[in-house]
Amino acid sequence: MAVVFKRTEGLTETPFHYCPGCTHGIIHRLVGEVLEELGVLGKAVGVAPVGCSVLAYDYFNCDMHEAAHGRAPAVATGIKRVLPENVVFTYQGDGDLASIGTAEIVHAAHRSENITTIFVNNAIYGMTGGQMAPTTLVGQKATTSPYGRDPKHAGMPLKVSEMLATIPGASYVERVSVHNPANIRKAKKAIKKAFECQLSGKGFSIVEVLSTCPTNWGLTPTESLKWLEENMLPYYPLGNFRSPEEVE
Amino acid sequence: MAKAKGKVHFKEDLCKGCELCTTVCPVNIIEMDKKKINIKGYHPATVKEMDKCIGCANCATICPDVVISVEREIEK
Repeated sequence: MAVVFKRTEGLTETPFHYCPGCTHGIIHRLVGEVLEELGVLGKAVGVAPVGCSVLAYDYFNCDMHEAAHGRAPAVATGIKRVLPENVVFTYQGDGDLASIGTAEIVHAAHRSENITTIFVNNAIYGMTGGQMAPTTLVGQKATTSPYGRDPKHAGMPLKVSEMLATIPGASYVERVSVHNPANIRKAKKAIKKAFECQLSGKGFSIVEVLSTCPTNWGLTPTESLKWLEENMLPYYPLGNFRSPEEVE
Repeated sequence: MAKAKGKVHFKEDLCKGCELCTTVCPVNIIEMDKKKINIKGYHPATVKEMDKCIGCANCATICPDVVISVEREIEK
């Protein structure tokens, strides 16, 4: 029998610390698999964020760097400018990228830095205990919005991909989801395209991955995937918002 | 008709019992082993009737903790 699926070389042997059913693990694996398939593990440098995935440097089998909260694109900019031959990516959550790090991501895209960003959007702050994030949906309960998000008070959820797609420097912008195997495979293709965009020097690429947080949503892992499909997909439509061909 | 035959391996001590693999199996053969508790304190996922496995790798694709590896063979 031929082995059709095994643990990728792109991940270390360290077991993930994430809660049961957290889709961070799936996204880590996809990034690891893509780096392995592109044969760039030896020259990849990742920048870890602050948030649940703060320990990402323990899991990726490549060089990693830790950045201050939200500043991963700024740190990645520095690394890429000093080491232009290396493949540089950031792995950030929505609390990191869409809130405290909005300036960094917007300007990294604006300067069209030749880096790749993996943006994990689960509509809540995970590590700090389920506070409302800029991406929290209207009516969604969080510890800082116990009656559900009120748009009059907190504004509408921020659509990061749509926002970045308006920036001329953003070469590749796509939103994917990991709520079922078919979408996980599509997500992997998108992540691969993003890294290929960087390898061919076409500038800034970002993949937004819709993700779950069973613990802070107060649902089981299976219910979480269903909740994502029913509530997040209508507001955060999947698809490609910008491709390198369009930019040229 | 060509028939696919598969075999899955679980690294039981990595399993956190999230049950996502049980929801995507097209032949419904994955279940949580209620008689066993792994090193993390969860009932790990397991397969009782391995001959029904078609090796589609859906379970391994959705597993967040990379517990599962899959082998596959096409019989003619």
